[in-house]
Amino acid sequence: MSEQLYPVSIEVNGERREALVTARLTLVDFLRDTLRLTGTHAGCEHGICGACSVLLDGEPVRSCLMYAVQADGRSLTTIEGLAQPDGTPDALQDAFCEAHALQCGYCTPGMIVAAHALLEANAAPEEHEIREAIGGNLCRCTGYQQIVDAIKLAAAKRGGSAA
Amino acid sequence: MKAAPFEYARPATLAEACSLLAAHGPDAKLIAGGQSLVPMMAMRLARPAWLIDISRLAELQRIAVPAGLPADRDGHFIVGAGVRQCVMERDPLARASVPLMARALRWVGHVQTRNRGTIGGSIVHGDASAEIALVACVLDAMLELRDTSGVTEVPAREFFLAPMITSIAPEQCLTEIRFPLWRGLGAEAMRGCAFDEVSVRHGDFALVSACAQVMLDADGRCLRAELGIGGAASVPLALPELGPLLIGTRLDEQAITAAADAAADLIDPEGDLHASADYRRHLARVLVERVLRAAKEDAMRDTSKERTR
Repeated sequence: MSEQLYPVSIEVNGERREALVTARLTLVDFLRDTLRLTGTHAGCEHGICGACSVLLDGEPVRSCLMYAVQADGRSLTTIEGLAQPDGTPDALQDAFCEAHALQCGYCTPGMIVAAHALLEANAAPEEHEIREAIGGNLCRCTGYQQIVDAIKLAAAKRGGSAA
Repeated sequence: MKAAPFEYARPATLAEACSLLAAHGPDAKLIAGGQSLVPMMAMRLARPAWLIDISRLAELQRIAVPAGLPADRDGHFIVGAGVRQCVMERDPLARASVPLMARALRWVGHVQTRNRGTIGGSIVHGDASAEIALVACVLDAMLELRDTSGVTEVPAREFFLAPMITSIAPEQCLTEIRFPLWRGLGAEAMRGCAFDEVSVRHGDFALVSACAQVMLDADGRCLRAELGIGGAASVPLALPELGPLLIGTRLDEQAITAAADAAADLIDPEGDLHASADYRRHLARVLVERVLRAAKEDAMRDTSKERTR
């Protein structure tokens, strides 16, 4: 028995993408396997680690905790959509390099998406606000301090003053 | 970690959603934010044949305080079951009407989950350590459930039966939650509230949580007090029997200690991998003391700005 397919039309990084998907296809699998946008990482696949964070209509959400059909008609921004138009890293991505905020890099796309959402809403966050914003993202090697430093650095570079 | 196959429907109205639930019965599950259901489906602890998506139903997005003085003079605040946690966290009317919920929401999951998770979804999930469910019980909220035959009301305090088990029927949809506003205690009364919990990581399941809402008269005497404990029983636990230990006092240390001791005696927590039963009982006592002290301070601070409206 073949599974029922559902049409979806989702704006991904400014581009309208259409596909037929099974209902159980998670948004992260849709991004990675259907669209081949593998910057979004699949970690725990049950909503604990935050590696799969994407922006849904500008708000950070976990793409493993949504089915692609639920995103029909909505607008998504993934890590691929955060770089500058010519593909070079933006200020936040640069800051992650500069402050050594990644080692293995597995959590990095989720961390950057979460931090991006924070800085869009709050240009000069206090340290506790930075920690709250990335509180749903697990890193198992950097140790968080450099990630917090990178977000402060990015806030300063973007024109806000870091806490 | 992939869900078993299912079919998906996104009805345009609540009536249509209820008809689909009636048609598919226990094989169907409603999905709103999906922040509890999707992980359960990924682990195949839940295997619905149908998912009915109610996340876009405008009928479930209401946030309001009905005008006019109700018969009980207490008044109530209404929140639609589909209102996202991040929306209620920020909504000015919600913050002013049910400040205890605004405080509790800071402890619910993480930014990413609160952006999707709903108030009603957390309640029907029925987790014994859930903050939203605890606040609904402590404030004696009323739940409105709808099916194709009409509307039923159930007090939150009677809704939770066991871990992940509530009194909702498979064909029912939780539509609204109504929180009493405690207006009936006079314009001079000062309201204060507090929520606190201990968990392994902020945003993880609470080992134990506690919250309290108190109303003091202009003299600082307690007119009403409600408190409860999460994670220390099979359901979120309101402890209305503790009110009499606090009402009439100035919430001095003696009264607070007596209430905390009584709370620790009333609960019968279970031990598990994360915390022993004794540790949970200890946390319950400490957290009840903390939230009563904090609620009192909050009420005293409240004299000028908030009153009770």
